[in-house]
Amino acid sequence: MKNNDLALQVKNLTVELNKQKIIDNLSFEIKRGETLVVLGPNGAGKTTLLRALLGVIPYEGKVIWSVKNISYLPPNELLQRKEILPLTVEDFYSLKEVSREEIFESLKSVGLEQSIYKTRIAHLSTGQFQRLSIAWALVDKPDMLLFDEPTSGIDVGGTQTIYSLLHEFWKKQHLTIILVTHDLSIVWEHADNVLCLNKKGLCHGAPSLVLTTENLKQLYGVGVKYYKHSHNYDK
Amino acid sequence: MELELNIINIHTIMISEKILLAILMTSAIGAAAGYLGTLMLSKRMSLVGGPLGHLTLPGITLALIYGFDVSVGAFLMLVLAIVVIWLFEKRTKLPLETLTAIVFSSSVAVAFLFLPSEEVELALIGDISQLAFAATFFSVFLSVAAFLIVEIIYKKMVLIAISEDLAKSEKINVDKYNFVYLLAVALVIGLGIRIVGSLLTAAIVAIPAATSRNLSGNMKQYAYGGVIAGGLAGFLGIIMYHIFHVPAGPAVIITSAGLFLISTVLKKT
Repeated sequence: MKNNDLALQVKNLTVELNKQKIIDNLSFEIKRGETLVVLGPNGAGKTTLLRALLGVIPYEGKVIWSVKNISYLPPNELLQRKEILPLTVEDFYSLKEVSREEIFESLKSVGLEQSIYKTRIAHLSTGQFQRLSIAWALVDKPDMLLFDEPTSGIDVGGTQTIYSLLHEFWKKQHLTIILVTHDLSIVWEHADNVLCLNKKGLCHGAPSLVLTTENLKQLYGVGVKYYKHSHNYDK
Repeated sequence: MELELNIINIHTIMISEKILLAILMTSAIGAAAGYLGTLMLSKRMSLVGGPLGHLTLPGITLALIYGFDVSVGAFLMLVLAIVVIWLFEKRTKLPLETLTAIVFSSSVAVAFLFLPSEEVELALIGDISQLAFAATFFSVFLSVAAFLIVEIIYKKMVLIAISEDLAKSEKINVDKYNFVYLLAVALVIGLGIRIVGSLLTAAIVAIPAATSRNLSGNMKQYAYGGVIAGGLAGFLGIIMYHIFHVPAGPAVIITSAGLFLISTVLKKT
């Protein structure tokens, strides 16, 4: 593969926090325009991986970005902290340097009305808030989106909407996406590749090849089965 | 008779000038503290203001013993304390509140070993009876400077308050901005010491922000509401001090608390 086809190369990444190895010698690559889903149980190092990729925490090894404009949405943090400040949608967008036209366009792209522009984000429903977060993350047209647990706390309908929206942006903007999730069901529909992480990289590749019962058992322990989203069971 | 009247007139003018200086200084410091407090509230750091105020006690004590300005002593001691707390935090990873508590209680203990007993009230609740024009001018100037510095970094500080990781991912140097903000807080608290003493400094930072939070519908109203609530509390507090002859520091804080109570009544649910 040519290097300019790559969005990111990770080589021998090791992260230690409080003298504990959270990620151990992990290597993988992502092509431009690829959607990589990072799967793993709680405490597997998924969020730590994203934080290391962003350079927010110290690490050993190499993280080589070939894209410049990277957008990140942290896990649930925005949702939990939305009440702290009297932020309106307008205030929220003012934290990025974008024009009002771009803001209205971005709201429209996630199905939100212009009329919420002056609304306090604390007054939005959870679903509206998640749509807003996606619109906000994508308003300055990033090349890459890192998205951590985008649907936790959202019902099934809301979850589908979030993933459909992401899929639309992926097609339209030729986005490269790294998505951290617990949700196995979205893998078949949206992932080009899967990275199974439990401190070490346990598997990496196309879902149909690597999400075997054996690999999932190794990743999550006993009792996990993966069902393809095509109504044909792959047990 | 004419001489007597002239003496009374001169006395009135002197009192008026003193009160005017007090109003100017207290309103400016109050407004700046209110503005900075809006960020402190958003970072859930309001309670840090109290310990920071107490950290100034050794500085005030040194200033009183060696005869230099209490605000200078307070500011220098705060900067030293912030650096010490920061070093402890890097070394121990203990929560900031714990480290602040350790450093502030030690500094209060040290201060009381040396603080002259006749100066205790001044150190604890402030004294504006001996205000000079130069001190007022510098206080107003430095309050405006602290306000302007924080205004420049305000949006970035909001993003940091929402999520440090998010701010870092937007290439914001979180440590640098936090440090600049803390320096501005130290400056305003150092200035506020003269009016409200070390005991009440948390109030000039926290109460106006809480008042503004009750009444604001967006961030602009919230930030500048803090300025208005803090400035107004300073102004009305000095008027109260002048009319009822109560200590200025407590008068400012009680006025600020009164404004907060009104805001809770007016708050739209």
